[in-house]
Amino acid sequence: MIRLKQKSKEHWWITSRRRTGDGGTDLPVLLPPAQALTRSARAERAWGFYTVRLPWQLGLMLLALFAAGCGIAQAQTTANHPSIFATIWKWTPLLLTGFLFNLFISVLAMSIGTVSGALLGFAQISRSSPVRKAAWFVTQFFRNAPWLVLLFYCMFLLPFQVTVFGVTVPIPGWVKATIGLALPVMANVSEILRGAVQSIPAGQWESAESLAFSRARTMWMIILPQCIKRMLPPWMNMYSILTMATVLTSIVGVAEIMTLTSRALSAENRPGLLLAFYSYVLFWFFIYCYPIARWTLYLEAKYKVDT
Amino acid sequence: MQPIVSIRDVRKSFGSLEILKGVSLDIPKGGVVCIIGPSGSGKSTLLRCINGLVTINSGSIRVGNFDVQSLKTDEQKIALRKVVSMVFQQYNLFPHKTALQNVMMAPVHVLRENKDEVHARAVALLEKVGLAAKADSYPGELSGGQQQRVAIARSLAMRPEVMLFDEITAALDPETVKEVLNTIRGLVKDGMTCILVTHEMRFAREIADDVYFTDGGVIVESGPPADLFDRPQHERTRAFLSQIL
Amino acid sequence: MQFLWEWFRWLYDTTGVNLSIFYDAFDRGRFAAGFILTIELSLACIALSILIGVLGSWLQGSRLHITRKVVYWYIQFFRNTPPLVQLYFFYFGVGTLLTTTNASGAEVPLFNNITWAIVSLSFFAGAFNIEIFRSGVEAVPGTTIEAAESLGFSRLRIFFLIVFPLAVRISLPALTNNLVNLVKATTLAYAIAVPELLYTTSQIWSDELNVPEMMNVLLVCYVALVGVLTFVMHRWERAVKLPGFGV
Repeated sequence: MIRLKQKSKEHWWITSRRRTGDGGTDLPVLLPPAQALTRSARAERAWGFYTVRLPWQLGLMLLALFAAGCGIAQAQTTANHPSIFATIWKWTPLLLTGFLFNLFISVLAMSIGTVSGALLGFAQISRSSPVRKAAWFVTQFFRNAPWLVLLFYCMFLLPFQVTVFGVTVPIPGWVKATIGLALPVMANVSEILRGAVQSIPAGQWESAESLAFSRARTMWMIILPQCIKRMLPPWMNMYSILTMATVLTSIVGVAEIMTLTSRALSAENRPGLLLAFYSYVLFWFFIYCYPIARWTLYLEAKYKVDT
Repeated sequence: MQPIVSIRDVRKSFGSLEILKGVSLDIPKGGVVCIIGPSGSGKSTLLRCINGLVTINSGSIRVGNFDVQSLKTDEQKIALRKVVSMVFQQYNLFPHKTALQNVMMAPVHVLRENKDEVHARAVALLEKVGLAAKADSYPGELSGGQQQRVAIARSLAMRPEVMLFDEITAALDPETVKEVLNTIRGLVKDGMTCILVTHEMRFAREIADDVYFTDGGVIVESGPPADLFDRPQHERTRAFLSQIL
Repeated sequence: MQFLWEWFRWLYDTTGVNLSIFYDAFDRGRFAAGFILTIELSLACIALSILIGVLGSWLQGSRLHITRKVVYWYIQFFRNTPPLVQLYFFYFGVGTLLTTTNASGAEVPLFNNITWAIVSLSFFAGAFNIEIFRSGVEAVPGTTIEAAESLGFSRLRIFFLIVFPLAVRISLPALTNNLVNLVKATTLAYAIAVPELLYTTSQIWSDELNVPEMMNVLLVCYVALVGVLTFVMHRWERAVKLPGFGV
């Protein structure tokens, strides 16, 4: 691993990786898997979240739960009640619209979060020290705050309407919730960006400099293209987690799939339907997130970087 | 004089793969034996059978007064391990304990000896292997050769009668190999019975009383080093030696 | 102390910044109770999830195929589904099934919502812990264990003196991540009306109508809580660091 000292103010971004406890042994004291575990824990801390690895067995398990739920509900069904499948089929269109709304929120939150996160990430690697420190503080702050608290924050403190150029635009609740979800995404994307830029070997910066590239040019033409590959897996992983986290918005009153499901359950008022409905909904999430998670693992293996 | 280690027709298979196909040898007390051979010939497995880490399928192994193949319970095996000690190629030491603690651990926990006595003995042993100054260093702060020397000191702390060495210099670079071999020379001079699996032919020639060449799970040839190295009888021995030397 | 509280009342009177949790005794009590319950929830979940992790990683090495499969399904389900849905499963699903009759003959749930919150969050974090501990144990080299065996250590001694200390040291960074996520997830208990910090704060701001102030206080509190946990775990990591095992 390249170890670099802090050369000058210009090269601050290549900070020396403080080698902890390197005793200079030529025989390793623990197996490579131990190193791999620690490294993945550090990566997890940088990426922001654990890696979502959806195995196809989970889909089977959810189907099994769904079948079990249907079985329980069917067993408790009295004669004049419609069958369980008819009930679920009746509610499916409504739930589907709710699910699509979840997906829409997730895409929107991801876009807002990515753009603002990229800006924050650039601020974190800026040359000016106060900008860097402020950006670092903002990133750590939003990474450490619970997602639900940030949701509440945005729901309550963002105005319910805004006047722009004399036009009053109402801001519905789901928009505020989306912004609330975008905040932790922003912080994590910023951290991913910073980690990716710092993982580029110093040799790249040095050779660019010796070719008289300006800093901005170096960043745009040499460093960032290489970073994109490294940032893609954690970014997509973030999206999987965000998609599943959109259910949090039900707590702050957005009419997405969880709220609609609980409304359906209370409308039906049949015991045992809960398991069937929730596993049904979870199965949809699984179907959506499965290809994303698979692709993430594929990209992660493809772009594996030996640091 | 009864040999201290007596191995008769030992066979060992791992699943369908037969590693040892009938190995027999005797080692007198104070004798030094080197086992050489290509990888996969069963050398390390043989060592592990001698101290009971691996149970044999058939045959008999006698170490001192112990019949190794008939040891079943943990206590019996522990009694055996007080007589025979082993040093491994890598990941030998406990990384979360200092060198001194590594040496002290077994006598304190297994032999239940008094801590102060063990401490004094451990310091003396570390001095013997030339690492008294590194008593409070962790394995991660020692070089490979130093780690192996601490491992030897740790095995000596159990006061064994037989010591087994499983290619202990294979993972070291040449400079550090020398210090480890010096330590073994010291042990041999003190009269310890040693069984070494090694690739260091020069060392084997110098130190061994007998050299055994194994290949394909059997002992192909054996004899004093001068005979085996200079006048090998078997074709396989000759082929192997011509590759190495 | 009273002087400090009165200063906040002065602050409200002069600037309009209403931090009633300081000058009003009732609000102060509510807020403190919520804070303490959050800490208690976190500690209980941390303890139970670590227990589940140890138990699960032990069961994962079982010889019975069915045990291993059950543990595998448990991990996959709790890792890859939203913890809020897991909470609903436990509280509304299982919770309504486990009922008992109270003194007046009515059917009441056997466990209250705090219990279910602890159970659900512990199962969520425990799933990760199983993987973490398993990887930690497997990362101890076989030769080290063989060396310990050759020195005469019994299997139990090997586990407690060598494998366990090493596995803990190796697992610590991953465990820190997991515990931080767990503390942040305690806010989900709001959804089942557990009076933890978020819930009591929402009650305070609906009473006192001081939403911005309470929101900021809430954010600061949680970030501080997470910061303290991270700090403690990092200190622990540094204290038990293995020299020569750098990343």
